[in-house]
Amino acid sequence: MSARFEPIIGRYMHLDLFGRKHRIYVEQAGEGTPLLCLHTAGADGRQYRALMNDERITQRHRVVAFDMPWHGKSSPPSGWHDEEYQLTSAQYTTMILEIMTALELDRPILIGCSIGGRIALHLALEHPERFRAIIGLQAGAHVDPYYDLNFLHRPDVHGGEVAAAIVSGLVGPDAPDHERWETLWHYMQGGPGVFKGDLYFYKLDGDIRGRVAQIDTRRCPLFLLSGEYDYSCTPEETLAVAESVPGSEATIMKGLGHFPMSENPAEFFKYLLPVLEKIGAI
Amino acid sequence: MIETLAQRVNGDEALVRRGRFLTTTFLLEVGSTAWLISIFEGRVVSVARGPFVMPSSSFALRAPPEEWQKFWSQRPPPGSNDLMALIKRRVLRAEGNLQVFMANLRYFKEALAKLRADGVKEGLKA
Repeated sequence: MSARFEPIIGRYMHLDLFGRKHRIYVEQAGEGTPLLCLHTAGADGRQYRALMNDERITQRHRVVAFDMPWHGKSSPPSGWHDEEYQLTSAQYTTMILEIMTALELDRPILIGCSIGGRIALHLALEHPERFRAIIGLQAGAHVDPYYDLNFLHRPDVHGGEVAAAIVSGLVGPDAPDHERWETLWHYMQGGPGVFKGDLYFYKLDGDIRGRVAQIDTRRCPLFLLSGEYDYSCTPEETLAVAESVPGSEATIMKGLGHFPMSENPAEFFKYLLPVLEKIGAI
Repeated sequence: MIETLAQRVNGDEALVRRGRFLTTTFLLEVGSTAWLISIFEGRVVSVARGPFVMPSSSFALRAPPEEWQKFWSQRPPPGSNDLMALIKRRVLRAEGNLQVFMANLRYFKEALAKLRADGVKEGLKA
């Protein structure tokens, strides 16, 4: 009697990436301009559930989110059990472009958060012609490690518990409890070493400080939205990117943290919808 | 205020349950004032104020008073709302056997946040 279905449709896509077979979970909702969503480190595409459930967005956008290999409902590639997962800038870039091609996403709007925001800067620099516009959430050029990453993957510390506990303070103070704990649950569900492997890109390999000023926003508009309470990618770090990239637009979102689209969608939409309006008018 | 930690933690059944595999003693330093806090199976069993001669602890958390004050305010400002935020800003030093701290990170974050100014209680005082 009370059953209700969301408009989100999920499917598994088989695709070769980096010369290996992958089974990748893809969700989408809505029709119109493609809007490709990239989740944070150690989480999955569920972070974008609110975008896919909001008609203000889905009436004019085909919202697509995939779980990166090793994340969510996507599998690690065969042979994973003898490997250490480490995400690199090159792999991350290839993955996104290959998935765009496979899904026939023609010049999508890209929205990425945290590691997704960082790779968004890489893509704005290296592949601007592939995107209509790029929205970086919690996007900074670099983050120094501030704790021993080995604690994320060792047998005497529960990986899921510690991942969620590390990021819990990154959720803003006004997040509704339901959304806060949904966001943290995704972290608790991550596979062993996956969050740590993503942070290899975030804290080591993906440093773009030396090149970020070369982004040309005439080739692809760049919008930066960052939560006030994020101490991983601080507002100052986002503003530093904005200052070095002429034509980019940065907004600091009051009361929000590191996971705006997942921790507090209602507040986040107050900032996102005007950006989508602007992009629609370009 | 720190003396009230036992009452505040032990009064939260869910927190005590989550800490049921945690038995340890840690040192909390607020500037030059040290506190030795003992936990047995999730319950805070003693909170002793220094100075100490040869205190034994599994790990120590050390920060200046003004940083703890912000952390314990009712609505901490950005950068002061979480132990990891203080560590990121290099104002909180976590030292010792941090496996105990990290394996029970949610517990320690929530236990220390129990000392946060409580709106209702503050209002009653006034």
